[in-house]
Amino acid sequence: MDRRTVVKVENVSMRFNLSSEKFDSFKEYIIKSIKNQVSYDEFWALKDVSFEVLQGDSLGLIGLNGSGKSTMLKTIAGVLKPTEGSVAVNGNVAPLIELGAGFDFDLTAKENVYLNGALLGYSRKMMEGYYNDIVEFSELHDFMDVPVKNFSSGMVSRLAFAIATIGTPDILIVDEVLSVGDFRFQQKCEERIHRMMDSGTTILFVSHSIEQVKSICNKIVWLEKGHLKRFGDALEICEEYSKCY
Amino acid sequence: MSRYIQNFLKFKPLLGELVARDIKIKYRRSVLGVLWTLLNPLCMMIILSVVFSNLFKFDIENFPLYILSGQVVFNFYSDATSGAMSAIIGSAALIKKVYVPKYLFVLSRVFSSTINLMASFTAMLIVMAATRTEMHWTAFLFPIPLILLVLFSLGIGLILAAVTVKFRDVIHLYGVFVTGLLYLTPVIYPMSILPDWLNKVVMLNPLTNIVMMFRDVMLNNSVFSLSSLLIAAVEAFVSMGIGLYVFYKNQDKFILNI
Repeated sequence: MDRRTVVKVENVSMRFNLSSEKFDSFKEYIIKSIKNQVSYDEFWALKDVSFEVLQGDSLGLIGLNGSGKSTMLKTIAGVLKPTEGSVAVNGNVAPLIELGAGFDFDLTAKENVYLNGALLGYSRKMMEGYYNDIVEFSELHDFMDVPVKNFSSGMVSRLAFAIATIGTPDILIVDEVLSVGDFRFQQKCEERIHRMMDSGTTILFVSHSIEQVKSICNKIVWLEKGHLKRFGDALEICEEYSKCY
Repeated sequence: MSRYIQNFLKFKPLLGELVARDIKIKYRRSVLGVLWTLLNPLCMMIILSVVFSNLFKFDIENFPLYILSGQVVFNFYSDATSGAMSAIIGSAALIKKVYVPKYLFVLSRVFSSTINLMASFTAMLIVMAATRTEMHWTAFLFPIPLILLVLFSLGIGLILAAVTVKFRDVIHLYGVFVTGLLYLTPVIYPMSILPDWLNKVVMLNPLTNIVMMFRDVMLNNSVFSLSSLLIAAVEAFVSMGIGLYVFYKNQDKFILNI
């Protein structure tokens, strides 16, 4: 089968300015720029990273804390623009980056379903079609009219996961979200991810649990301090990774 | 260009949801709910007209309506621009996590202020009916000054939103600025009491022109002159142009500063 490239990351570098002195005020900024004291410590969160993901692949990103995994996902999701290089994404992205980011905690769960759906680009009408499925999956039948601020974190993540995985997005980004919820719900999420993979969704998956990565991914990107250390088949790299740490 | 339009269409439902959220949260758990959008300007108007028709007497026919019409315009401007100013910082959590066209946050704030504008305009119509003020056919021209006002405020809002991300001082500064601007707009006083030099300054304020256009059609049974229409239109489009440019140039850097 000829599979098209869904995500193409080319020589991506991402620089952050860790401003040693942060100026929030205009006056300070002017004075400092006149005196030429505006100094930044540069920090490259990603340096010259390239890889490709084909349709139907599930790519795991592994690496220690601060190796640039989340930055990588954010550039793919379009939240960050890379300083150098380019990211081409072919299809619509459903980001799961940190569950519940799109919630307004004063609104009820039901209202949040529509708000969050709209954030992912679904109209109210489409969301009405998915609504029952969302309630069903998140098991929150009795709580849909309760403001989300009264939810427990488990409930929030259940609802958010249910919303983010509606329909069949071309690309699903999963960033350490399976660590929430109880064991049973984690299983349910994994099942759903597998089902989406079967229907052709490309998964980008970040986790510190090498077991989860093994069970879900077939390709791996191993980042170390912003550099691409390895890119290739999952099994091989997983083994190497486990040996390394 | 078509890429932008496509993107906008994809996120159009979001705009609706954001506006609905603003309104819902504002009136949640209040007994009268959305009715407040109507009651609020009405009550304000009563206070103002009592204060100003007893304390300071200006020689203006139907003074309560004179104030109210000015208030409708000025409150919208102040509401919309202040709301837009904090739109980006207020949505920081979202912008950091999900890709959404960022101008939508500004747009949604201005839209929800526009809904308030329509409510206060309705309140004004109620007062006009209650005081048996004569309505003229020119009143049908009211959308022209109001649309120009919305565009003008949107442009200013875009500029403010972009600048505030980098310099939070603007929030404090702008509060003072708006208060000053209120006195540079003929909301509570007639133009005729101003000395010559001040008159010129007040006329430089783009809001003055819009307030006067609005009063012309609503109260004075006259149509604004072509020149004031042109000036207002140019001001609205210049403000939009600069706003879009500033916003567009800075939007990729927002995430590094919020």
